[in-house]
Amino acid sequence: MTTDLTRATAAELADLLGAGSVSSREVTRALLDRTTAVDGVVRSYLHVDEDGALAAADDVDRRRAAGEGLHALAGVPIAVKDVMATRGLPTTCGSRILEGWVPPYDATVVRRLREAGMPILGKTNMDEFAMGSSTEHSAFGPSHNPWDLDRIPGGSGGGSSSVVASFQAPLAIGTDTGGSIRQPAAVTGTVGTKPTYGGVSRYGLVALASSLDQAGPCSRTVLDSALLHEVIAGHDPMDSTSVDAPVPAVVEAARRADVSGMRIGIVRELTGEGFQPGVQARFDEAVQHLVDAGAEVVEVSCPSFTYALAAYYLILPSEASSNLAKFDAMRYGMRVTPDGVDAPSAEQVMAATRDAGFGDEVKRRIILGTYALSSGYYDAYYGSAQKVRRLIANDFAAAFETADVLVTPTAPTTAFRLGDKLDDPMSMYLNDIATIPANLAGIPGLSLPSGLADEDGLPAGFQVLAPAMVDDRLYSVGAALEARLAAAWGGPLLDRAPDLTEVSR
Amino acid sequence: MSTTTGERTLSFDEALATFDPVMGLEVHVELGTNTKMFCGCPTEFGAEPNTQVCPVCLGLPGALPVVNAVAVESAIRIGLALNCSIAEWCRFARKNYFYPDMPKNFQTSQYDEPIAFDGHLDVELEDGSTFRVEIERAHMEEDTGKSLHVGGATGRIHGATHSLVDYNRAGIPLIEIVTKPIVATREKAPEVAKAYVATLRDLLKAMDVSDVKMEQGSMRCDVNLSLMPRDGDTFGTRTETKNVNSLRSVERAVRYEIGRHAAVLTDGGSITQETRHWHEDTGITTSGRIKSDAEDYRYFPEPDLVPVAPSRETVEALRATLPEPPAERRRRLQTAWGYSDLEMRDVLNAGLVGLVEETVAAGASPAAARKWWSGEIARRANTEGEDVPAYAARLGVTPAHVVELEGLVTSGRLNDSMARQAWEGVLDGEGTPTAVADARGLELVQDTGALEAAVDAVIAANPDVAAKIRDGKVQAVGALIGQVMREMKGQADAGAARAIILERLGQA
Ligand SMILES: [Zn+2]
Repeated sequence: MTTDLTRATAAELADLLGAGSVSSREVTRALLDRTTAVDGVVRSYLHVDEDGALAAADDVDRRRAAGEGLHALAGVPIAVKDVMATRGLPTTCGSRILEGWVPPYDATVVRRLREAGMPILGKTNMDEFAMGSSTEHSAFGPSHNPWDLDRIPGGSGGGSSSVVASFQAPLAIGTDTGGSIRQPAAVTGTVGTKPTYGGVSRYGLVALASSLDQAGPCSRTVLDSALLHEVIAGHDPMDSTSVDAPVPAVVEAARRADVSGMRIGIVRELTGEGFQPGVQARFDEAVQHLVDAGAEVVEVSCPSFTYALAAYYLILPSEASSNLAKFDAMRYGMRVTPDGVDAPSAEQVMAATRDAGFGDEVKRRIILGTYALSSGYYDAYYGSAQKVRRLIANDFAAAFETADVLVTPTAPTTAFRLGDKLDDPMSMYLNDIATIPANLAGIPGLSLPSGLADEDGLPAGFQVLAPAMVDDRLYSVGAALEARLAAAWGGPLLDRAPDLTEVSR
Repeated sequence: MSTTTGERTLSFDEALATFDPVMGLEVHVELGTNTKMFCGCPTEFGAEPNTQVCPVCLGLPGALPVVNAVAVESAIRIGLALNCSIAEWCRFARKNYFYPDMPKNFQTSQYDEPIAFDGHLDVELEDGSTFRVEIERAHMEEDTGKSLHVGGATGRIHGATHSLVDYNRAGIPLIEIVTKPIVATREKAPEVAKAYVATLRDLLKAMDVSDVKMEQGSMRCDVNLSLMPRDGDTFGTRTETKNVNSLRSVERAVRYEIGRHAAVLTDGGSITQETRHWHEDTGITTSGRIKSDAEDYRYFPEPDLVPVAPSRETVEALRATLPEPPAERRRRLQTAWGYSDLEMRDVLNAGLVGLVEETVAAGASPAAARKWWSGEIARRANTEGEDVPAYAARLGVTPAHVVELEGLVTSGRLNDSMARQAWEGVLDGEGTPTAVADARGLELVQDTGALEAAVDAVIAANPDVAAKIRDGKVQAVGALIGQVMREMKGQADAGAARAIILERLGQA
């Protein structure tokens, strides 16, 4: 066996496992060893569950040997963002306030992974409660970009993207509230999909902003994302906002990879000015590849997108301020008693705990949200933001009249340096400008690598957006583009990433 | 604050001479659903603390609510019974505030979009008149957990060394029914308040949506009260007396607050807008939390739940399930049974309407049904601390037994005192009335020869009495009947004995 199991894609691993040429234990062991070798510098993981992953792998191997019918991805290991509840495995959301909390239940997504027989390697790092675009706001320290360890791996799901980009896992679960799957995918040269809102259950996903949050796949190929998408998607009676409709045929679409006759809409407001020239150049080339593959290009305008960022930064903190109220030191997580108080009241303990347990970005957004929801300001802020949200949905609806999918660069720039934007939240927020509209409208989006920017040699991302519940179209376009790009590059983009074992030694 | 001495109050009459009361009643009702509002946990009362909980009702990170469809149906039925309009589309909202026994630190409730609104409930007063209470809204929400403060003298948080929280109650479905301001009740305000809550209780019980046990907290009333100058039109500042938990207390709390407000206002003071605690033992209220209109719960639509949009067909189908309103039913039954007002009230107060109705339907006369269900069995049920229907159900005593018992009397087999003995036997578990009568040898002597012989013997033994009767003093016959009964060891038909005596003495 000469295949480097850590470099194999999930689809390749599934074939090897299915054919019996490799065991899940071998695959899992190889990935855990890779983690031992490189995670000291990448820091993708908050918790690694070596015993649990190997036990799950052994279980699958046993069942396969017994001739049981198994899921296609059975035995393929996966990492999970630390925002999903995992029974018996710590779930901290990157926050001190949840340090040591071990949920007594599994998120629906996690349950489906376990049912498919996918060993869970561990929980990946993230910006605290998914607030941030760089993973620098994790209370346990930042993750690093495998392409350049001095740079951010994107956020909030930087752990899930870097774990895939650094070959510690073929697949990871991310969550995307304003771009936290797609933007990290873009800056790490990986693939990330935000499914249609409600397409994947939110049960067990610790809520940041309930009306925006969506779990989805992180992978190295478009087909791998589709395979994972199929495992985790589908109606969940435990989530009232879960869509009760058949899951789109995403795997089939990824395998077909056909864009002939498809109308590709370029969003005027999300191109050109404000986008790094190298990012824009790779985007333009990618569009040309799609035209070469038989697609037709149209330009569309979405004028309300101008207000998307403002609306997002009112809705998100509003919902977050309420969702995070449950972290009060009464039932779980950390408890801090205030200094110099003899017999502190419940309120004083809550206040002291929240003060010590939440980081600056979280406090900033709680304060913002509390203000935006307060009675005198509700209409001016939260109410107006909800109106903008409807306008944005209308813009998308109109754009999808003329185009089958919309395309944009995923993020305006390549990965910025760690620390560069820590003191300037506004400029960090701008990184999500192209991804946020999809969350506000609830439509699906996928990011795949479009190449390396000339200025810095770092990955740039290409975003595809489709109408709600037409997630399959993302995979048709993504897979077609991926095939053409790989042919042009002579192999996957990640083959050009630095070999981290040199650095870690 | 002391709970044994109240503030200065004016007498009720003095207060009403100067002021008109304005009331607003908010009644919380725990629905009798099998599961909670947003999860599948059971709702049984009195379980071991924290045994009826799950990630959802504990508000664990990541858990999500799903609306209990049965609770929504109950809410719609309640709305319809209160003559409300039912929203075609409504949402839940989050009411945000920090409180240790509230798992999420927000309560999932309804705010500006209640499921039911603009209704009314007619209540009957003791003088026979009817008062219409306008209903503002009925909305759905979830209950909170329950704190227990340990180590202090009062059981309150002040002075306690630690607190325990039981989340079994967290997430139990509640309906809050809010009246519009109730004006023009004058001196009848306390009675109207009590009658409103009583009528509501009877209605909800008849609908079988809640067990409406005020003493267990499954129905609680908050009493808002303010005074305005007699015949004025501007409402005064109100106080909200929380969690009043019996009908009598509702009446007393209204009365007490009227007197207290009046004293403050007469003394030139002003009323503070606040919540107040009701003290059942002393019959007074004490000051609680200061409440301002600007209290900011930062309501916003609950993003974890899809809107509730009942179809009109569903609403109409639910309307068809509503029972006859209790007041109408009472009037109909009283007429049908020919009961006096007093008799009807006794039957109502004893909770016997259903049993009497079943017994009459099974073939008994209304008089017999009332007589047998309210006599010895009521005494025994009371001793056992149960109501008659529950007690009878436990003993296995049924309407058919009453029908049978009455049949034994009308057929002439048993007289009244024998019937009582037979009924006691039934209650003692000796079997059906017939079986008891057989076993105990209860039977009127039908042999007229024996009866005539006994009569003759008694007349012979009491010549003085017999002479009086011969002279026309017929009322003296009772003494002779009593002796005949003794002679026959109680197994004689008193009516027959009387007829024979009168015949023998020339008075027939
Ligand atoms: Zn529960």
